[in-house]
Amino acid sequence: MLTTETLPLPRLRVRGRSFMALVVAPELPLAGWMAALDAQMRDVPGFFSNRPVVADLSAVAAEARDDLAMLLEGLEMRNFRLVGVEGAGEALLAGTRWGRLATELHGREIFDAMYGDRPQTPESQASRPKSPEPEPPGPALANSLLIDGPVRSGQSIVFPEGDVTVIGAVASGAEVIAGGSLHVYGALRGRAIAGVNTSGEGRIFCRRLEAEMVGVDRLYRTADHWGADLHGRPVQVRCDRGTLRLTALD
Amino acid sequence: MSKVVVVTSGKGGVGKTTSSASIGAALAKAGQNVVVVDFDVGLRNLDLVMGAERRVVFDLVNVVQGDAKLPQALIRDKRLETLHLLPASQTRDKDALTEEGVERVIEGLRERFDWIVCDSPAGIEKGATLAMRFADVAVVVTNPEVSSVRDSDRIIGMLDSKTRRAEQGEKIEKQLLLTRYDPARAARGEMMKVDDVLEILAIPLLGVVAESPDVLTASNLGCPVTLHDPASPAAKAYTDAARRLMGEALAVRVPTEKRGFMERLFGRKAAAA
Repeated sequence: MLTTETLPLPRLRVRGRSFMALVVAPELPLAGWMAALDAQMRDVPGFFSNRPVVADLSAVAAEARDDLAMLLEGLEMRNFRLVGVEGAGEALLAGTRWGRLATELHGREIFDAMYGDRPQTPESQASRPKSPEPEPPGPALANSLLIDGPVRSGQSIVFPEGDVTVIGAVASGAEVIAGGSLHVYGALRGRAIAGVNTSGEGRIFCRRLEAEMVGVDRLYRTADHWGADLHGRPVQVRCDRGTLRLTALD
Repeated sequence: MSKVVVVTSGKGGVGKTTSSASIGAALAKAGQNVVVVDFDVGLRNLDLVMGAERRVVFDLVNVVQGDAKLPQALIRDKRLETLHLLPASQTRDKDALTEEGVERVIEGLRERFDWIVCDSPAGIEKGATLAMRFADVAVVVTNPEVSSVRDSDRIIGMLDSKTRRAEQGEKIEKQLLLTRYDPARAARGEMMKVDDVLEILAIPLLGVVAESPDVLTASNLGCPVTLHDPASPAAKAYTDAARRLMGEALAVRVPTEKRGFMERLFGRKAAAA
């Protein structure tokens, strides 16, 4: 008797691993940008080799839509390992051999790579914590930042690495941006954004809500959007199934 | 041990220059050796308020740039011999000041005086940052209204990050001087109350000066109110502030509404009705 018994297939193991991809953002005019790229690559040869590269085409997609394939060709000629494109719809590259590149790669900006060119006021730099040792990117955010005093108007506290605790008020005209949750032991009068790195897991807690704006991840609300009944009360702000929810804590 | 005091606010027109002159004069009257330095290069006013506008020969910019020696630019007050003025230049702009130059001038003043009172220009640009740069103590002048309070908050943040002391990890002492306070309007809820301002700015209170025509009169006469009319409530408030700066523990008197007998009577009646 013949059975069509199949051999058990080996179990596939899928593992997760994160890589740092470099994002290049070409600018117009393309010829000039390419020349600058070549000059830079002469200075730091091998900077891009063996690194996954994402091309951010948002600055050029509208103007140079016909030249995009050529641009990507040019990047590959320089041994760029393109894994995806950003800022250009799939339609723009459909039909070319680049049409299969991923267009929706998610990731988070590695902050340390941005230190140099991020526009910052000297004060916000002063109020920034010392640059922490580069950490392997991942969801684990063990770090937290404690600010032992009020955040003054005009100051900007940006801490994408984790939670922020403020012992004091956040003044009108000040902003605090936390990768995780944000705790304000005082009045929250400025702007507060939490959860920029935990995709909606972060929350905002404050002793008194008088804020200009609160946000979690990419959801924002300004003072016009919450009722007078929450004004001045201790409040929690969190992201709940895609909407921002503000609830009184007392 | 000399002390450098910066009188600052962010917002213009809140009373920095008047307060610098009045506190400087009050300190000098208490026997301290005082110089008041005008950092408002291009818009100098302190010489007018102190009644020395006709005696300005050299100014802060000349000394910073090395064109004049410090004693040549210092003007001794005619009423109080322990009070001096280092005027600003009216013809130059704030870019004429350099950090090294200002540091040298402040060092020179520290050798001569007990108190160096720096009258800061409004704004948060170079002139204001240089005025606060070498300060030990800051007097933050604020009016009881929201825009002034927010600007003061901004300045306090800068004091904590841009001064030499802050950069060296030391604390810079910040004290609030609330000026142009109108107790009647505050009582009616038309103006921020002292506690509201203190709650937002969260720094100790140096004094509360009530809105008063005495102050304007004194300024126009070129005489700080603490010298011109020492018995006036404003002069008393400034004198008390100066004593607190010298370390005296003195309770702050918050001006209250003065109502006449009839007014009180009618006020009561209206409330009862």
